[in-house]
Amino acid sequence: MFLTYIWLIPLLPAFGAAMMFFFGRKLQKATVSAVCVGTIVLAFLMSCGAVWQYSAWSSTPQNFHQPYEKPLYTWLGSDTGHLTYTTQSGKPAEFRADVAFLLDPLSSIWLLFVTGVGMLIHIYSTGYMEHEGGYYRFFGYLNLFMFSMLTLILANNYVLMFVGWEGVGLCSYLLIGFYFHRKSATDAGNKAFIVNRIGDAGFLLGMFFIAWYFGSLRFTDVTTAARSGQFAIGDPIITAATLLLFVGACGKSAQLPLYVWLPDAMEGPTPVSALIHAATMVTAGVYMVARSNALFVLAPTSMKTVAIVGALTAIFAASIGLVQNDIKRVLAYSTVSQLGYMFLALGVGAFSAGVFHVFTHAFFKALLFLGAGAVIHSMSGEQDMRNMGDLAHRIPITYRTMLVATLAIAGIPPFAGFFSKDEILWQTWTKDSEAYHILWFIGYATALMTAFYMFRLIYLTFFGKPRMSHELEHHIHECPHTMAVPLLVLALFSLSAGWLSWPPSLGGSARFEKFLEPVFAKEAQVFQEEGKAAQLAAGEKEAEHTSPYEYVLMFLSVLAAAAGWGMAKRSYSHADKGYTEPIATASPPIYDVLLHKYYVDEGYDYVFTGRRKLGDVRLGALGLGEASAWFDTNVVDGAVNAAGWITRLTATISSWWDKWIIDGIGVNGPAILARMLSYPARLFEWGLVQWYALVMTAGLVGFVFYYVYH
Amino acid sequence: MESVLHITTLHYLVLGAALFLLGVIGVLTRRNVVIVLMSIELILNAVNLNLVAFSRLWGGVHGQVFAIFVITDAAAEAAVGLGILIAFFRNKETVNIDEVNLLKW
Repeated sequence: MFLTYIWLIPLLPAFGAAMMFFFGRKLQKATVSAVCVGTIVLAFLMSCGAVWQYSAWSSTPQNFHQPYEKPLYTWLGSDTGHLTYTTQSGKPAEFRADVAFLLDPLSSIWLLFVTGVGMLIHIYSTGYMEHEGGYYRFFGYLNLFMFSMLTLILANNYVLMFVGWEGVGLCSYLLIGFYFHRKSATDAGNKAFIVNRIGDAGFLLGMFFIAWYFGSLRFTDVTTAARSGQFAIGDPIITAATLLLFVGACGKSAQLPLYVWLPDAMEGPTPVSALIHAATMVTAGVYMVARSNALFVLAPTSMKTVAIVGALTAIFAASIGLVQNDIKRVLAYSTVSQLGYMFLALGVGAFSAGVFHVFTHAFFKALLFLGAGAVIHSMSGEQDMRNMGDLAHRIPITYRTMLVATLAIAGIPPFAGFFSKDEILWQTWTKDSEAYHILWFIGYATALMTAFYMFRLIYLTFFGKPRMSHELEHHIHECPHTMAVPLLVLALFSLSAGWLSWPPSLGGSARFEKFLEPVFAKEAQVFQEEGKAAQLAAGEKEAEHTSPYEYVLMFLSVLAAAAGWGMAKRSYSHADKGYTEPIATASPPIYDVLLHKYYVDEGYDYVFTGRRKLGDVRLGALGLGEASAWFDTNVVDGAVNAAGWITRLTATISSWWDKWIIDGIGVNGPAILARMLSYPARLFEWGLVQWYALVMTAGLVGFVFYYVYH
Repeated sequence: MESVLHITTLHYLVLGAALFLLGVIGVLTRRNVVIVLMSIELILNAVNLNLVAFSRLWGGVHGQVFAIFVITDAAAEAAVGLGILIAFFRNKETVNIDEVNLLKW
């Protein structure tokens, strides 16, 4: 019953959003909360029901491990033949996209945590946004976002997925610019939208490549075709398609070099940062790559690109996060860094490990953001950690829940992050080539940095001396229940989500990987056929899990987390006004570069936007605009003017010809001739009637004489 | 005196010719439209005289009938002519035929 009505899950928030946009202005805040939170709660319950039913359905023999598909109607195509094209192999195909929903283990996981975390954040928002204007607008956007995200997750083809993909991009833009009276917020919204658009172009092109090569955009068709063995590993077109898809993923999931929008996206309200820019939307890229896993394993080049970009993003963002002072920006860079981990996992073929990290990350990062929101709320809007300190006893619930999340992200066992991050690092280490040890080391260094900047955040915010003004100090208050309850629930999951995939080496059974096996297991077979046993996907790895290296690496990760914690504690636990940053003390130039985010935004301003000039030359979009303007004024307008000038010249000649030759000789000539010839005739006609009569008479007399005497 | 006072057709013709000549001279030389009209009457009457004379000579009545038609016509012509003349006089305050030259180019 839940499975058949699966289409209701995205439709419920769509209904809520429509209600808000059409009637929201007239509704009470209580009604707005009831409708919008209600739809998400319902969607969450239905998702639970659907996943529960799906697991029962897919364990029956006839549907064993099959994805469940629920077509609603044909959206593009419909057999009219208008959208037919020829595929690369010369067969006719139809560009067809159904509005149809697909439920398999992969979408189940996303469905559960998106609706679950989404529900908690909606509840939290009723508290957080209580005193803000545009309450209904906020919830309308939030519901619209949930609709788009659920469409993205549940779509059964790339085109419908792209609809959701664009929808979440739009909602992200709207919500980043929620405080639209603030210039920085609208700028950040534009930035997010434009940068995402670059990725979307990649996604679209990749999609067209797939349509051209496979003749279908349905995930099941493409996956089946890709796994049929008729395509060679390293197929250039599949490589191109996957690379382009990865460009799309880079935009949406904030990877190098398109990550720049995510830190700026923190201009939006904090619940938005938690929901969209930490837990759900930014993992859409991971989802898309995981969804296309059958294609990616056929393109080792793309896989390597994904892994390298992921690892570089992880350490790059983490290093920036080390020195940021805005509490939300630290978390934003942390998100970028953790997304890098996820792509690293995907890139080394450890799809389920990547997905597992998405899952655990959703809880602890949402919790961190919501905790940061609670801190900001209690500090009356202050976001700068330099002006915080000693909050642990004043807002204990926030402190404790955030501590749980920090332990989780830092990778301290038995919190969730330990399991997922460790799995990724282990899978990277055991990848066939020794070169992957470099990626492992990058990931490992990132883990150390992660622990450091997260505990730096904790110590600067909750410990040390109070550094805020006295007036502010008196206003500090714990958050309301609507905000506290989601924090507690998320803390519970941040602690326990990792236990779902308790590694076999520690006596667990890796249930999470087992659950995802139907989606990814076939990859193992592909690799096996190609004789790349070391690239086996998760299920085949159990034998290797007993390797003593794994315990060593595990111990090293915990050591790194502990070391990061220790360094942060030493540097910041007694921070007073004017405390010093250890990195600034050690090397001011490095600190400066990190504080300015490697000057990437400035570099982009020079090269891509053109807001800054390189000497006298302006590059980028504005430079292109200036060049176009110059081209327009000088070349295009010049051509226009030249055309006008030539027209005028020819018109002058033509009019001269017309006036003097045609009119002068052709028309007036005969007239003048006739006039001249008429002069003698006119001499007779002087107007005296009697003269005429006399002539007549004379003529008559003449005739008479002529006839009579002739 | 057989030969005395016997009026022949020739006499009529001479008289008619004289009258006709008078009329033509009047039409060609006088400037006053009224006199021009009167001269036209003279010409018409000269024609009438000829018609009647030949009618008498040949003994038929056709010529006389024709003469009556001409007289009728002359009356109509005088009426129309004088009407035009009055209209013209109202516009130009003259009956001088020299000044009727609107159609001159």
